[in-house]
Amino acid sequence: MAHSGINVLFEGRNLIRLFGGLWTTVEIAGVALILGLLLGIVLGVLRTFPNRLLRLVLRLYLEFFRITPTVVLLFLFYYILPRQLGVNLPANQMAMLAFALWTSAEMSDIVRGALISVPKHQRESGMAIGLNRWQLYRYVLIPQAVSLELPATVNLVTRVIKTTSVLMLISVMDVINVGQQVVEANNQKFPTGVFWVYGMIFVMYFAIDYPLSWWAKRLDKKRLERANG
Amino acid sequence: MAKQIIKVEHLEKYYQKDHILHDINFSIDQGEVVALLGPSGSGKSTLIRCLNGLEAYQKGTITFNGKQVEPTEKYWQQVRQKIGMVFQSYDLFPNLTVLDNILLGPVKVQHQSPKVAQASAEKLLDQVGLRDYEKAYPRQLSGGQKQRIAIVRALALKPELMLFDEVTASLDPEMVRGVLNIISKLAQDANMTMIVVTHEMNFAQQIADRVLFLEDGRILEQTKGDQFFKQPQTDRARAFLESMAF
Ligand SMILES: Nc1ncnc2c1ncn2[C@@H]1O[C@H](COP(=O)(O)OP(=O)(O)O)[C@@H](O)[C@H]1O
Ligand SMILES: [Mg+2]
Repeated sequence: MAHSGINVLFEGRNLIRLFGGLWTTVEIAGVALILGLLLGIVLGVLRTFPNRLLRLVLRLYLEFFRITPTVVLLFLFYYILPRQLGVNLPANQMAMLAFALWTSAEMSDIVRGALISVPKHQRESGMAIGLNRWQLYRYVLIPQAVSLELPATVNLVTRVIKTTSVLMLISVMDVINVGQQVVEANNQKFPTGVFWVYGMIFVMYFAIDYPLSWWAKRLDKKRLERANG
Repeated sequence: MAKQIIKVEHLEKYYQKDHILHDINFSIDQGEVVALLGPSGSGKSTLIRCLNGLEAYQKGTITFNGKQVEPTEKYWQQVRQKIGMVFQSYDLFPNLTVLDNILLGPVKVQHQSPKVAQASAEKLLDQVGLRDYEKAYPRQLSGGQKQRIAIVRALALKPELMLFDEVTASLDPEMVRGVLNIISKLAQDANMTMIVVTHEMNFAQQIADRVLFLEDGRILEQTKGDQFFKQPQTDRARAFLESMAF
């Protein structure tokens, strides 16, 4: 029993290291989400403005982040940008920046979609009482868009958290990275340790993501019920 | 001589290549009630929407309160505070309570003090019999109640001209009367200047000082109310009245 794989988790500081890695992940995802969602709302609003050039540029911004695989994106931010542009941030912050910009691109599309699905008559009756453009967004369009976009936003949050696992590809001390180190360091002593370490990581991500997915589904169902009732 | 509220001269409106309104000319004095009648698709909604800048027009001028309107969004935002509009579709803001729907314009656009604005909103709600609903959300109201609130929302800005575009057309029959009564009262008691688009011919006859008859984007007739219904000047108008068979 003493050498059963599960004990790899309790050996030395392994468990603490795993949780420390999880914390780094949560920190990166958290900061990226806060910045990304806020920037995404602004970009989404701008994408509903009549200016064609502005809309085209923002559309290209979205497509860039959508087409580029996350791994490539991280390599770009971690290896290429610093060399080409002389931007030199610690790995953690580079990851935050990359994820924040990606989140903002996806969020801009969600916000734009919700804004343009607010009925035209809402916009017109706002204009008819003399609201200016800013007031129209502030009091009429954005509040109505928020309830339309909430499920998609929660989904995006789930996706961002899940995707942070690719951070093991760059030298961020994230859960999977730590996991890999733990596995390698303990390979001799616990041959089946790999199973337990990755199992633990799975449970950690599951514990964060599953409630979010569940919440997103519930919100969507509620919204549909309200729309039909 | 009564003060002139609005004057439209040589107005032309296109949707891309479609010529929708042809050389529209008319003016309305303070306190006048004008019924804008005509077959469906004749351009009534388009015309009424041009009058508060919701539609752009390609030629002609609109003069409001003696000043020619500059066709910019900024200018229209000023003018719209003085022109109330109620649409056919129920268009209260679903994210706001009845009271907040009404207060949005007075407080945020006109910067009235919230207390004063609320007091006058409640007075208006009393007049339409919906004071008890001020904390309700639009989804809790019937169609007729929503339209009455929409009228109050427009009136809260103390407009000098009201535009009504088929406000009872989507209502259940039993709710039509209540809404029309409010519009009649507004004309009689408050002496409100208004343009009313409606399919309710009895109502139009009862309320209109003057009828503008529109067909294919042209004003074919401008006649005193009682005369239009007894003795229309054009065959087109006669045919229209017969088709409405009221
Ligand atoms: N957004 C639009 N784009 C193109 N054509 C339109 C649009 N809105 C209305 N029209 C056309 O303009 C004409 C007048 O429409 P409308 O003003 O709604 O008539 P009414 O209110 O008298 O029924 C119709 O032929 C209609 O098809
Ligand atoms: Mg119409």
